[in-house]
Amino acid sequence: MQTEGKPQFDHALVPYGVYFKVWGALVLLTVLTVSVSYLDMKHVRVLTALLIATFKGSLVVLYFMHIRFEERMYAYMIMVVLATYAIFIGLTFVDYWYR
Amino acid sequence: MSSQPAASPMSLPNYLEARPGILSWLTTTDHKRIGVLYLASMMPFFLVAASFAVMFRLELFSPGQQFLTNDQYNRLLTVHGVVMIFLFIIPGIPAVFGNFFLPIMIGAEDVSFPRINLMSWYCYVSGAVLALISVAVGPPDTGWTFYVPYSVKTHPNVLLPMAAAFILGWSSILTGLNFVATVHRLRAKAMGWFEMPLFVWSLYATGWVQIVATPVVGITLVMVLLERFLGIPIFDPARGGDPVLYQHMFWIYSHPAVYIMVLPAMGVVSEIIPTFSRKKIFGYRYIVFSSIAIAAIGSLVWGHHMFTSGMADVARIVFSFLTFFVAVPSAVKVFNWLATMYKGSVWLAPPMVWALMFILLFSIGGLTGLINASLSLDVHLHDTAWVVSHFHFTMFGGTGVIFFAALHYWWPKVFGKMYNNTIAYLAAGIFFFGFLATYLPLFFAGARGMPRRYADYLPEYEIYHKISTIGSWFLFASLLLLLGNLVYSLFKGKRAPISPWGGATLEWRTATPPPTLNFDGEPDLSRGAYEYPEQVDHD
Repeated sequence: MQTEGKPQFDHALVPYGVYFKVWGALVLLTVLTVSVSYLDMKHVRVLTALLIATFKGSLVVLYFMHIRFEERMYAYMIMVVLATYAIFIGLTFVDYWYR
Repeated sequence: MSSQPAASPMSLPNYLEARPGILSWLTTTDHKRIGVLYLASMMPFFLVAASFAVMFRLELFSPGQQFLTNDQYNRLLTVHGVVMIFLFIIPGIPAVFGNFFLPIMIGAEDVSFPRINLMSWYCYVSGAVLALISVAVGPPDTGWTFYVPYSVKTHPNVLLPMAAAFILGWSSILTGLNFVATVHRLRAKAMGWFEMPLFVWSLYATGWVQIVATPVVGITLVMVLLERFLGIPIFDPARGGDPVLYQHMFWIYSHPAVYIMVLPAMGVVSEIIPTFSRKKIFGYRYIVFSSIAIAAIGSLVWGHHMFTSGMADVARIVFSFLTFFVAVPSAVKVFNWLATMYKGSVWLAPPMVWALMFILLFSIGGLTGLINASLSLDVHLHDTAWVVSHFHFTMFGGTGVIFFAALHYWWPKVFGKMYNNTIAYLAAGIFFFGFLATYLPLFFAGARGMPRRYADYLPEYEIYHKISTIGSWFLFASLLLLLGNLVYSLFKGKRAPISPWGGATLEWRTATPPPTLNFDGEPDLSRGAYEYPEQVDHD
C-alpha cells in the first residue's frame, strides 16, 4: 500500500547502522569463540561455546530475522524451538557426563 | 453409496480440468495438484522398493547363497530402506493427503506459501533423482542409517544417497513450515483451534517436528561428508572424535521422524473412524493433546536406538523411562478410537477395514516397542529380526496401512471416481494375511537370535524365513491388486458423489473433485467436523 508515493509500514524500519553493528558484534563473537577454544576450560568448554553461539543466534533472529519487531507469537515459537534444542543437547550430555 | 447426486452441483471447473497440459502441472501452485504430483511420483518408488524386499526375501528362502551375493544383498537392503524411509513413508501422508486436504479442511483456498509448496515437490524430485543416480552408479551398502565409521570408510559411493537425503530433508522442512503457517494464518475465521479436524491437528504437530528435528539430520550428514572427503575428525575416536555422537545426532532426527510418519496416520484414523461409526469422535481434546504429547515426548526418546552402543547407564535409564512414557498418549488415542466405535453404527467400508487393520497391527507394533524399551530385554533383542518385525508392524502396519486407508477414503474426492469395493476388500484381506505371514515369524526368529541384515542364517531359522518369504509374495500381490483397482477406477470407475461416506469435514461439503480454489463461495461451516446428522445409504 502506498500513500503520497511513500511506502507505509505497520512496524518500524531498522536503520542500516543497526545491521552493521550487529554484523560487527557477530564478527567479534566469532573471534571470541576461537580465542576461548585455546583456554583450558575443561568441563565448561562446550557450555561456553554454546552460550556464545546462542547469543550470536539470538542476534541474528532478533535483528536480521526481524523477530524483535514482529508479533510476540513468533518469539514464543522460536523460544519453543530453542528450548527443544537445549533439551536435545542436555539429554545428549547425560550420556557424556556419566559415561 | 450415498443418496446424494453423483454430479457436482457447482459451476466452477474442477482442479483436474482447470488448466490442461503437462506444463500446467509442472508449474502449478495449486495444493491439490501438488498433492497428486507427490502421489504420482511416490508410488513408483514404493513399488520398486517393495520389489527389492521381495528379492532379498527370496534370497533368504533357504540357508546358503541362492542368487544374490552378500554385497548385492547389502545394497538391495540399503536401497529398500533409503527409498521406503525417505521417499515414501516420511513424505507419504503429509505430502499427498496433507497437501490436498489440509487447506480444504480449514476452509482455506490454498496453503500459505504456494510457490514454496511447489519448490518442496521439486526438492523431493531432485532428491529422488539423486537417489536413482546413486543406485545406477553403485548403490550404497551402509544401511539406511549411514552409521559411522562404516559410512566414512566404505568403498561404495555414499555421497549421492546422503545428498539425496539432505535435499529430501529440505522438502520435508518446507512442507512442515507451510502447514504450520497455513493453520495459523489461513484457517476460516469461524473455525477455532478446537474445532479443527483432528487430521489438521496431527499435521500441525507433525509440521513442528519436521521443522525442528529435520535440520539436525541434515547437519549430521554434512558432518559425515566433511570427515569422509576433507578428513575433519568429528566421529573418528583415534583423532578425538566420537562415533556415538553420530548415533545421537542421527536419532535426534530419525526417531522423531517415526512420529513424522505415524502422527499424520493417526490423524487419518481419527477422521475415518467417526465417519464410519456415524458418531462424534470420543475425547476430541484428549486426542489433540495426545498428538502434541506424542510430538513432544517422541522427540526425546532417540536414545533407545542406542542401548547397546556404549552409552552411559544413566542415559540408558533416562531414555528407557521416556520411551515407556510415550506409550501413554499413543494408548489414549487407541482407547478413544475404540470408544468412538462403541455403540456406533459401524460401516465396514474399505477405508474402515484398513483403519481397523491399523489398530490391530499398530498395537502389536506398539506393545512390542515396550519390550524393546526394557533395557535388559533390548540387549538381547537389539539388531535381531525381532526389531525388523517391530519396526514393520509400526511403520508398515501403521503408517503404510493408513496410507492405503487414506487412499481408499479420499480417492473418490481426489479423482471423482469410485473403485470396485469387492476387489478392495479382497486386496485388504490378502494384505492382512501376507503381512502377518511375513512379519510374525521374524519376531520368533529374532527372539531366538536371528540377526538382522544378514544374507545367510543357520538351518534352525529356516522355517521362519520360509514362512516370511511366502508371506512376502502375498503381500506384494495384494499391493498390486490394491493399486491396480484404484488405477482401473480412473478409467472405468463410476462417478463419485460429493460425499460417498457421509463425512462431515469440509472436503465432503465441496464439489467432487474440488474446484481450483476449493469452494464455490464461502465454505459451509454451519456444523462441526464430527457432526453426522444425515443417514448414508450403503450397498
